[in-house]
Amino acid sequence: MKESVIKTEKLTKRFGDFVAVNEISFEVFKGEVFGFLGANGAGKTTAMRMLCGLSVPSSGIATVAGFDVFKQTENIKRNIGYMSQKFSLYEDLTVLENIRFFGGIYGLSDKQLKEKSSELVLTLGLQNETKKLVGALPLGWKQKLAFSVAIIHQPKIVFLDEPTGGVDPVTRRQFWDLIYEAANSGITIFVTTHYMDEAEYCNRVSMMVDGSIKALDSPSNLKKQFSATSMDEVFFELARGAKRGE
Amino acid sequence: MKQFLVFIKKEFYHVFRDRKTLLMLFGLPIAQIVLFGFALTNEIKNNRIVIVDYAKDLASQQIINKIEASKYFDIDKSLMSHNEIEAAFKEGKIKMAVVFPAGFNNELLHLNKSQIQLIVDASDPNTGTTLTTYISSIVMTYQTELMKNNSIPYRIVPELRMLYNPELKGAPNFVPGVMALVMMLICVMMTSVSIVKEKEKGTMEVLLVSPFRPILVIISKAVPYLLISLVNVSIILLLSVYLLDLPINGSVLLLFAESTLLIITALSLGLLISTATESQQAAMLLSMMGMMLPTVFFSGFMFPIENMPFPLQMISNLVPAKWYYIIVKSIMIKGLGFSAIWKETLILVGMTVFLLTISFRKFKIRLA
Repeated sequence: MKESVIKTEKLTKRFGDFVAVNEISFEVFKGEVFGFLGANGAGKTTAMRMLCGLSVPSSGIATVAGFDVFKQTENIKRNIGYMSQKFSLYEDLTVLENIRFFGGIYGLSDKQLKEKSSELVLTLGLQNETKKLVGALPLGWKQKLAFSVAIIHQPKIVFLDEPTGGVDPVTRRQFWDLIYEAANSGITIFVTTHYMDEAEYCNRVSMMVDGSIKALDSPSNLKKQFSATSMDEVFFELARGAKRGE
Repeated sequence: MKQFLVFIKKEFYHVFRDRKTLLMLFGLPIAQIVLFGFALTNEIKNNRIVIVDYAKDLASQQIINKIEASKYFDIDKSLMSHNEIEAAFKEGKIKMAVVFPAGFNNELLHLNKSQIQLIVDASDPNTGTTLTTYISSIVMTYQTELMKNNSIPYRIVPELRMLYNPELKGAPNFVPGVMALVMMLICVMMTSVSIVKEKEKGTMEVLLVSPFRPILVIISKAVPYLLISLVNVSIILLLSVYLLDLPINGSVLLLFAESTLLIITALSLGLLISTATESQQAAMLLSMMGMMLPTVFFSGFMFPIENMPFPLQMISNLVPAKWYYIIVKSIMIKGLGFSAIWKETLILVGMTVFLLTISFRKFKIRLA
């Protein structure tokens, strides 16, 4: 029996007459790498914001890490990590100061902070860069650091909003190694992406078109279902009917 | 609590890593104190003055008629004792008292020489000097008229008493103004820019997803600027005491308490601006337009508010710096206590509560 960590039923968000997210229902299981795909404007970010407790749903039901998104957002926040589209560390702070700050606001003790930061610096190979300002690091390292900081408090789920934008393929591969490592340690990964090759790395993916989920399965099953050779083709097949543009 | 301290530490890193900000934070007050040494003089109309006529004779009546005819004065003709005059000055009801001694006409006719006493509130030196010049010239005109019909050289000597600022130094006038300006500038601009910066860089979202409460984000953003502004107030006061030889006549503690109040008003304005803007440039522009100009124009330290058309005088009431300016002048120069400035204080508190309420409401809406 798989343990579900995110569960939604007919989750909906309206802005006036505009239905950004239309009755989506899905489940994400513990330790899974769940790809949340869709074209620009399909409603991915809005859906994700509702799950993170940043936005109140208009209707429907959803639980994250066992907590209700309507009433228990404080509990949700304590159990999730988040990495935004934009690079989300402070560029005018050093590597170590960033780690200490984000660890600090998640309430890690001094001892935990020390252990965590040396462990993190070691895995990322940043031993010689701890006193460097983050702004001076190459983008690839920044992204890896941002991910490691997002899971510094061992959350149950980590939400990644297009984490690999603008990163070269080699670094992207390395980034996914980090993601797998986190998933193996029991952290559930909820990731949105534009890159269809990355969709292949996910255990299961959902495809969102015009605010609704049009398909949800493992990449291999989806390819079979749409008799496609790659996720690219599956995506085009589904997104072709989209009414919402950029 | 520990999270709070971690956050404040981070804010200080931001401030001290940015040379330009740092220069602005601490260079600005010093530069302004030096620059505003050259205060401007302006014509002043409709000043409330009191005429105390102990003489009640022909000469005094004729001079009073002339003063009444002038557009510069609003006259309150009542026989006040010197103590009452003093009290009226402290309350800011009057700007000047003109005292005719008993037997004014008599002395003039028999001794060919008489005196008028002019008591002036010189805490605003421009107004003070201008007022005495006006009265002196009125007296002079009367004198020449007398001489026309007569060969005897009658002389009326205005005896001048400058209250509060006998040396007519400009410093008492602009130091409170610079304090108001610097604090509005630093607090409004810095808080709004630093909050908007987090929005722009995307770090705000990360903070909002964390268990750190949004309201604490705002408070921890404000605390460093509150502390820095208090340091600035100290720098300005030290400069004015030791460089400009301007003593602080009232309670220093009260002065700092009132300054803290203005800083909080300014911080809440900055917060409001940050909720309404999306980019650092917009926040900066809005702070400049919304704060700098009204503070310079309407606080009363560059241009006398008394001289403005009525609608502008009404607008000036909305500018927090105006009230702070009155408060600081009362404490620093007149040496008055809280009982003299509670009304202005109350106005500032009201403004702060109002601003905080709407900005917190807006902040919450943005989260939903």
